[in-house]
Amino acid sequence: MADENRKLAMVVFGGTVDKLYPAAIMASGAVMNDMDVDIFITFWGMMPFRKGAPYQLQSVSKDHEEMGAAMMHAMQEKKVPSWYDTLQQAKEIGNVHVHACAMTADLFGLGQDDFEPIVDDIIGVGEFIDMAASATTTMYLG
Amino acid sequence: MSDVQATKEIDARGSFCPGPMMELIRVVRSSEVGDVVAVLSNDQGSRRDIPTWVEKAKHELVGIETLDGYDRIVVKKLH
Repeated sequence: MADENRKLAMVVFGGTVDKLYPAAIMASGAVMNDMDVDIFITFWGMMPFRKGAPYQLQSVSKDHEEMGAAMMHAMQEKKVPSWYDTLQQAKEIGNVHVHACAMTADLFGLGQDDFEPIVDDIIGVGEFIDMAASATTTMYLG
Repeated sequence: MSDVQATKEIDARGSFCPGPMMELIRVVRSSEVGDVVAVLSNDQGSRRDIPTWVEKAKHELVGIETLDGYDRIVVKKLH
C-alpha cells in the first residue's frame, strides 16, 4: 500500500560490501517512507546477486582497502546484519524490486536462474529509465 | 511511562539503523488496531526515524522514555 506518488529508483553499479550497504539501507529508508523501490543492478553491482554470492562477498572499495578487514570485523563483532539481509528485510516489508541489467547479464552470460531469487527479472535500460521517469527520487550508487 | 503496558515489546537493543524501525513496521502491521507496541532501541537513527514514521503512518506515539542507555518508544496502532 505504497504512496502512489512517491517512488525511489536506484542504479547500483558498485559490487563491494561498502557499496551495497548504502543500497540496502536506502531501500529500507524508502520502505519506511512508504515508497516503492526499483533497483537496477548493473556491472559490478550485479555480481553479488549471483547464486551463492551474497554471503561470500568480502571485498571492499579499493580506495579504502586497508580498512576493509577492520570494517568487516567490526560489523561481525557488533552483529550488524549483512547488506543482503538488510535488503531482504526491506523487500519483505515493502514493495522493492531488483532488476538485473540485461546488457551486463548478456556480457557475462547470466540468465535468471543464475541469480538469487531476490532478483525479480532481467530488464533492458529502456524499461528501467521508464521506471526512473515515474519515480520521485533517483539515485546512482557507483 | 514505564508503566504503560505494551501488547508487544520488541527488544532491538544492539540492532543498528534501520533494524529497530523495520522490526517495528513489521510488528505494527501484524498487530490488531488498538495494540500498543513498545520498541527498545539504542540506535540514534531510530530515535528520530520512529516518531517521524509514526506521525506519517498516522499511528499514535504514546511516548519515548530514555532508560539506562536505551530508549523505550511506545506506539499505538490506530488503523
